[in-house]
Amino acid sequence: MNDFLDPLLLSRWQFGLTTIYHFLFVPLTIGMATTTAIFQTAWVRTGKAKYLQITRFVGKLFLINFAMGVVTGIVQEFQFGMNWSDYSRFVGDVFGAPLAMEGLLAFFLEATFIGLWIFGWDKLPKKLHLATIWLTAVATVLSAFFIIAANAFMQNPVGYEINAAKGRAELTDIWAVVTNKVALAAFPHTIAACFMVSAGLLIAVACYHLYRNQHLETMRPLLKFSMWTMVGAGILTILTGDQLGLAMVQTQPMKMAAAEALYHTSTGADASFSIFTLGTPDGVNELFSIRIPYLLSFLSTHTFTGTVEGINELQAQYVQLYGPGDYTPTIWITYWAFRWMIGLGLVSILMSAAGLWITRKGREPKRRWLYRVAIWTFPLPLAAMIVGWIFTEMGRQPWIVFSLLKTQDAVSPGVTGTEVLISLIAFTAVYGALAVVEFGLIKRTAQKGPEPIELDAPDDTASRPVVTTTVY
Amino acid sequence: MDLPTLWFFIVGFFFVGYFVLDGFDFGVGMSLPFLGKDDTDRRVLINTIGPVWDLNETWVIVAGAALFAAFPEWYATLFSGFYLALLLILLALIVRGVSFEYRHQGSSSRWKAWFDGMIVVGSAVPALLWGVAFANIVQGVPLDAGHNYTGTLFDLLNPYGLLGGLTTLLLFFTHGVVFVALKTEGELRERARRLAIRAGVLTIVVAAVFLVWTNLAFGGVASWILAALAAVVLIASVLSTVRGADRLAFGLTAATIGLAVLSLFMALFPNVMPASNDPANSLTIANASSTPYTLTVMSWVALCAIPLVLVYQGWTYWVFRKRVTRAHIDAAPVH
Ligand code: HDD
Ligand code: HEM
Ligand code: HEM
Repeated sequence: MNDFLDPLLLSRWQFGLTTIYHFLFVPLTIGMATTTAIFQTAWVRTGKAKYLQITRFVGKLFLINFAMGVVTGIVQEFQFGMNWSDYSRFVGDVFGAPLAMEGLLAFFLEATFIGLWIFGWDKLPKKLHLATIWLTAVATVLSAFFIIAANAFMQNPVGYEINAAKGRAELTDIWAVVTNKVALAAFPHTIAACFMVSAGLLIAVACYHLYRNQHLETMRPLLKFSMWTMVGAGILTILTGDQLGLAMVQTQPMKMAAAEALYHTSTGADASFSIFTLGTPDGVNELFSIRIPYLLSFLSTHTFTGTVEGINELQAQYVQLYGPGDYTPTIWITYWAFRWMIGLGLVSILMSAAGLWITRKGREPKRRWLYRVAIWTFPLPLAAMIVGWIFTEMGRQPWIVFSLLKTQDAVSPGVTGTEVLISLIAFTAVYGALAVVEFGLIKRTAQKGPEPIELDAPDDTASRPVVTTTVY
Repeated sequence: MDLPTLWFFIVGFFFVGYFVLDGFDFGVGMSLPFLGKDDTDRRVLINTIGPVWDLNETWVIVAGAALFAAFPEWYATLFSGFYLALLLILLALIVRGVSFEYRHQGSSSRWKAWFDGMIVVGSAVPALLWGVAFANIVQGVPLDAGHNYTGTLFDLLNPYGLLGGLTTLLLFFTHGVVFVALKTEGELRERARRLAIRAGVLTIVVAAVFLVWTNLAFGGVASWILAALAAVVLIASVLSTVRGADRLAFGLTAATIGLAVLSLFMALFPNVMPASNDPANSLTIANASSTPYTLTVMSWVALCAIPLVLVYQGWTYWVFRKRVTRAHIDAAPVH
C-alpha cells in the first residue's frame, strides 16, 4: 500500500504521461502551422482557389489540435513546481530563464497571432493576414527552441556554478545554456521529426480522399507536398539524429551503452549495432541477434575503430565519481525505444519515397489498396517521436539533471502520495475524455474534406473569398 | 530599487495583466446562464472574447514562468503547497479552453449545452480559487524550515481566504458583464448593463469588506491608499455603467482589478510568502530570489519583450474593436 502511494513513483508517472500527451499535439501544431502558412502563401501569390481550400482545410485541423496543445501546455508549466519543487529550487536560477523567455518571446506571439489569423480573415488586408500565420508558425518553432534548451540543461548541464550554501545551481553564462551542444543538436532533430509527424497526418488524410475518388483537385497537391515533406524532413531527421548521437556519447555515454545494451567496453568491429535481439529481458543473455559490425563504433565516434564504453565500466566509474548507487537506466526500455524510433521513422520515410515514385509525373496507383496502406504514415512517425522522447528521458535516469541531481531527490517533499494519486487520476480521466472528443473531431473534419470556396474574381490575385468571417 | 524588488513588481505586473485580461474572460464565461437567452446570444457572448481569450490566458503562463525564473523558492513553495487548489484551476482552464474550441463543432443542443456548462464551471472555479490563493499568500500559511507548506487544501478554505475568493469571483463577474455591454448591441447590451449595475453594487460591498480586512491585518500606508483608490474607481465604474459610458466603465473595472492586485502585493511586501507559524520560515524577496546575474539577463529580456508584447496585443484589441452582433453571428458559417 505504501509503495503504491509513493509520491515519487506517482509523480514520475504523471509527468511522463502528461508530457507524452502534450507532445502528441505539439508536433502537429508545429508542422501544420507552417504547412498552412505555405499554402496560404501559394494562394496569395497565385490566387488559385484550390490553395485557399487547402489552407482552410489544413488550418481547421490545425486549430482543433492547437487548443489541446495549449491547455496541456499549461499543466507542464505548473508541474515543475507542483510535483518537483526540490528540482525547481535546485535548478530554478538556470532553468527558469529559458522558460520565461519562451513565454515572453514565443507564447505571447503565438497566442496573439493565432487569434488574429482565425478571426482576421475579413478584418485584415490579405498580406497582413498572411503575415499572422507566418508569425504563429515562427513562434511555435521558437517555443520549441527554448523548451529544448531547458531540457538540454537537464541532459548536459552547462553555464552554471553550484552554490553549496544555498544548495542550488546558479546561472553563470546564459549564452552557454542556449548554445548547449545538446540543444543545438536536439532542436533541429526534433523540429524535423515534427514535420514528419504532421506530414504523416496529411498524407493519410489525402489518401483517404483519393481512395474514395473525391476532392482530387486539392488532395493531389496536398499529397505530393506532404510526401516531399516527409522525405525531406526524414533525411534531415536522420542527419541531425546522427549529430545528436555524437553529442549524447560525449555527454551521457551511459545512455548510448544502455541504448545498445552494451555491457562491456568494445572497439571497432566488436562495437557492432544490433538490429534485433532476442534475449532474456534484462539483456544479460543473448539468444539471437542480427548485428552490423563497426556501426556502433561509427555512430558513437564517427570512426570505425572507436571505442564505445560499456555499462559495467561506466557503472564502476560513476560509483567512484558520484558515490555508491545504481547508475544504469532500465536497459530494455532504452534498447527497444532506440530501435523503434529509428525503425518506425525509416519505414515512414521509405513509404513516402515509394509513394513519390508510384505517383511520379501524375501517375495514379493501379492498386487502390496502396492508398489504405498510406494511412499508416500517420501513426508510425508519431510513435517514433514518442519513443524517441521516452528513450531520451528514461535513458537519463537515475538523474533528473545529469550528474547533479537525482530524480529521487527532486520530488516535492510536502506533497503526499494521496494528493499525487488524485491528480494522476484526474489528469488521466480528463485527458482520456478529451482524447476521444479530439480524435473524433479530427477524424470527422478530415473525412469531410475541404469546403468549396467562391472567389469574387476568379484567378485574380486581388480576389477575396466571398464568405470568410470566422466565428465560434 | 534592487533587482529582486524590481522583479517582485514585474511578477506583480504579470499577475495584474492576467487578472485584468483573463478576468473578463472568466466573467463572460460565467455570464452565459444569465445573459444568454438563446444559442445566438450565447454565441455572441463567446465571440466577444473569441479572438483574445488565448492570449489573455497566456499571461498566467508568463506570470508563472517569471515567478520560476526570478523567485524559484517562491514558485516551488507556492505550487507544491497549493497542490490541489492549482490542480482544480488547471482542470478548469483545460475544460474551458477546449470548450470554446469544440462547442461549435457539434450542432445538437445537448452537445452545446454540455460545453456551455463546462465554460461556466471552467470560468467560475479559477475566478474563485485565484482569490482564495492570493488571500492565503497575503495572510501567510504554515511553512516548515525547508519552506514546505505543512497544511492541507482545507486550511486554505478559511474565512479570510474564502472572502478573497468571493471578491475575485464577483469582481471578475462584473468586469466580464461590463465587457459584454461594451462589445454587444441592442437588447443583449441592455441586459448586460442592468446586470452589471446589480453585480457591481454587490461587488462593492464584498470587496470593501475584503480590502478593509486585508489592510487592517496586513496593510501599510501604500496598500491602504491603493485599496481606497480601488474602491473609488469601482464605484465610478458602476456610475459610468448607469450613464451608459461602456468604454469608461470597462476601463474603470480594469483599473479596480489592477489596483486591488497591487494593493495585495504591497501588503505582502517585502515578504513573498509569510510563514504563519514562525516568521523565521518566511520567504522574502531577498531569500527567495534568483542570483543578480539571472535577474539581469531576465531584465534585459523583459525590457525588450514587454513593450513589443503590449504593442501587438493592443493592436489586436484594436483590430477586434467592433461590437459583435446577432446578425454577424447568424451570417457567418462556423469554422
Ligand atoms: C519521427 C521521429 C524520429 C526519427 C525518425 C528519429 N528520431 Fe531520434 N529522436 C526523436 C525523434 C526521431 C525525438 C524527437 O523523439 C527525440 C527525443 C529527444 C530529442 O531531442 O529528439 C529523439 C532523440 C534521439 C536521440 C537521443 C538524444 C539524447 O538523449 O540526448 C538520439 C541519439 C537520436 N534521436 C538519434 C536518431 C537517429 C540516429 C535516427 C535515425 C537514423 C533517429 N534518431 C530517427
Ligand atoms: C523539452 C522539454 C522537457 C522537459 C523540460 C522535461 C522534463 C522532465 C522532467 C522534469 C521529468 C521528471 C523527472 C524524471 O522522472 O526524470 C521528465 C520525465 C519524463 N519525461 Fe520529460 N521533459 C521534456 C520533454 C519530454 C517529452 C517531449 C516527452 C515525451 C513525449 C517526455 C517524456 C518523459 C517521460 C516518459 C518521463 C518519465 C521518465 C521516468 O520517470 O523514468 N519528456 N521529463
Ligand atoms: C515539459 C516541458 C514543457 C513545458 C513546460 C511546456 C509548456 C507549454 C505551454 C505552457 C504551452 C501553452 C502555450 C500557449 O498558451 O500558447 C505549450 C504549448 C506548446 N509547446 Fe510545450 N511544453 C513542454 C514540452 C514541449 C516540447 C518538448 C516542445 C517542442 C519540441 C513544446 C512545444 C510547444 C509548442 C510548439 C506549443 C504551442 C503549440 C500548441 O499549443 O500546440 N513543448 N507548452
